[in-house]
Amino acid sequence: MAEPSVWSDYILPLLLIIGYIAAIVVPILLVVAVVVYGERKIWAAMQFRKGPNVVGPFGLFQVVADGLKLLMKETIIPTGANRVLFIIAPMIMFTLGIVGWAVIPFDAHLVLADINVGILYLFAVSSLGVYGIIIAGWASNSKYGFLGALRSAAQMVSYEVSIGFVLVTVLLAAGSLNLREIVEAQKGLWFFIPLAPMFIIYFISALAETNRTPFDLPEAEGELVAGYQVEYSAMAWLLFMLGEYANIVLLSGLCVVLFLGGWLPPFHVEPFIWIPGVVWFIAKTAFIIFLFTWVRATLPRYRYDQLMRLGWKVFLPASLAWVVITAGAMHLFGWMP
Amino acid sequence: MSEHRIKNLTINFGPQHPAAHGVLRLVLEMDGEVVERADPHIGLLHRGTEKLIEHKTYLQAVPYFDRLDYVAPMNQEHAFALAVERLLEIEVPERAQYIRVLYSEIGRITNHLLNITTMILDVGAFTPFFWAFEEREILMEFYERASGARMHAAYFRPGGVASDLPPDLLGDIATWNKRFPKIIDDIESLITDNRIFKQRTVDIGPTTPAEAFDWGFTGPMLRASGVAWDLRRNQPYEVYNDLEFSVPVGTNGDCYERYLVRMAEMRESVKIIDQCLASMPEGPIKVIDNKISPPSRSQMKNSMEALIHHFKLYTEGYHVPAGETYAAVEAPKGEFGVYLISDGSNKPYRCKIRAPGFAHLQALDYVSRGHMLADAVANLASMDIVFGEIDR
Repeated sequence: MAEPSVWSDYILPLLLIIGYIAAIVVPILLVVAVVVYGERKIWAAMQFRKGPNVVGPFGLFQVVADGLKLLMKETIIPTGANRVLFIIAPMIMFTLGIVGWAVIPFDAHLVLADINVGILYLFAVSSLGVYGIIIAGWASNSKYGFLGALRSAAQMVSYEVSIGFVLVTVLLAAGSLNLREIVEAQKGLWFFIPLAPMFIIYFISALAETNRTPFDLPEAEGELVAGYQVEYSAMAWLLFMLGEYANIVLLSGLCVVLFLGGWLPPFHVEPFIWIPGVVWFIAKTAFIIFLFTWVRATLPRYRYDQLMRLGWKVFLPASLAWVVITAGAMHLFGWMP
Repeated sequence: MSEHRIKNLTINFGPQHPAAHGVLRLVLEMDGEVVERADPHIGLLHRGTEKLIEHKTYLQAVPYFDRLDYVAPMNQEHAFALAVERLLEIEVPERAQYIRVLYSEIGRITNHLLNITTMILDVGAFTPFFWAFEEREILMEFYERASGARMHAAYFRPGGVASDLPPDLLGDIATWNKRFPKIIDDIESLITDNRIFKQRTVDIGPTTPAEAFDWGFTGPMLRASGVAWDLRRNQPYEVYNDLEFSVPVGTNGDCYERYLVRMAEMRESVKIIDQCLASMPEGPIKVIDNKISPPSRSQMKNSMEALIHHFKLYTEGYHVPAGETYAAVEAPKGEFGVYLISDGSNKPYRCKIRAPGFAHLQALDYVSRGHMLADAVANLASMDIVFGEIDR
């Protein structure tokens, strides 16, 4: 056994990890920028408009311009606000949108932390998201902000429950909490086919979880102006937006991992397996993000009580029932992995 | 234990609120998400239109009406023009009547497109808004080609319309009119049967016919509660009597039916426009009497009479015989009326404007009480509020 050295035992791994993190976070932020651009272009196409087309080729630099603008604006902190919490809230949102990526497998061996409890970790991270919103709404000391925060808290808690049950079904079917193994369990059949109802519940809950239409009540423009973000400006607001979009990409990525076979090609035959797994992963995630965008362009918004009713009276019993059915069927027919 | 009085949460909704449709300041007393009291504060856009009109000649008063309900400007001018014509006891040439009806219906579509899609926007869907504004843009261009202005047209003047239509305009309107029902279909396919939209609007703010009468509802608001009252049908003016159209009515007057009625009205307007285009006669577009309507430019070059008329009309204006009258039109938002008193001079003695939105807004508290915040927004949007005419 070699001499223990500070360099090789501590500093080098630390640097490596920082390098890995940077290698994930930077592309994620780039992806967020692309998603924002793509979203605006898709909406524009659906609404007979052109979308961003002035800054850079095809308006590609519009996102950069917007980001720079927000960076340079003055951060306004309301007089009545709790300064510390007011600043911390967007940081929480942004961080949580990023840290979830640690366990997402992009390819068979391309994952930062291949931990055994990947699903639990993600679940914990997404549950924490509500803190950012509650703190933001409370710290801004505004009635609109506070109402938005309350709505959001109720909403995220409600839909977390059904997402939880969806995850339970998936891990029953895969026999593992490790996301890489969950993907590998889908080699024969992607889970969205046997678990179709759960796939739909997951997608809808993900919409609610990320506060997207038709569940965008916390920031309902027509009612609460901007909900919990109402007092935010400049960089703080940008962090909220980045966090929100990172979260959308994260939940889409998770959706791909859980139901659409992660990096696996649709068929294990010649032309498909030539394409690297990362490409498949990105393509599938892009498709789910497109669904998010499509829904946003199409649907009106639920009312607060209707949203609660849907969460507790429809999704919760349905997902619970499906957990029981799945578990029962697997036990009965001996499909247990 | 001492007793605590629990105070409801008071929210200041507007005047800079995206769903306040202008400068409404709505003080909402909330019990959590439930509205206990909705108190609209108006007057932030008050410009003293009625008083200003008392100091303007009859012709100078016309543009003020564009600035009332600026979503469908010509419909307002129409009421004023009718009132003045009634006092002057003149008959407008047929072509002018057809042009007025044509543009009233274009105004109705402009208005409903804005109202329906902003209502949809307020309940959360934003795509139809862009579709509708694409069409509104075209309608604005029709306005512009006839009057020279996209919004503040000053086109319907006592005695007729300001000028004749340019040559190709009618054909272009016809082309558009053929295509437009497709847009209505598109919006309907996206929204009408949408479950979320229905959940948000059905049974929100229902009004019985009796309540609608009590609050002074007119137009789509009244018809949605099941009363087939349409001034175009019940007190026909211009050539509405000769035109085929039906009056869509609802049954229980909730937000959803207000939406449906407006949708159906747009389809009726399309029919009316079709008929106007088909039977648009040739002829003068304003009364020949140069004491009321100005002579043409070419006449002024050759005739001293015409020059004098022109000078008199644009300085002193015409004198209107003493008397009083009330003229109302079926504006897109409801009954828009002008109560005009003349003392025989060249300026109105009094011009009272009856704005439909004013009567609708006063019912906001009544229809929203006990509903949730989001419903108050839907109610407000379905009332078709424009502050230009409410604050005047």
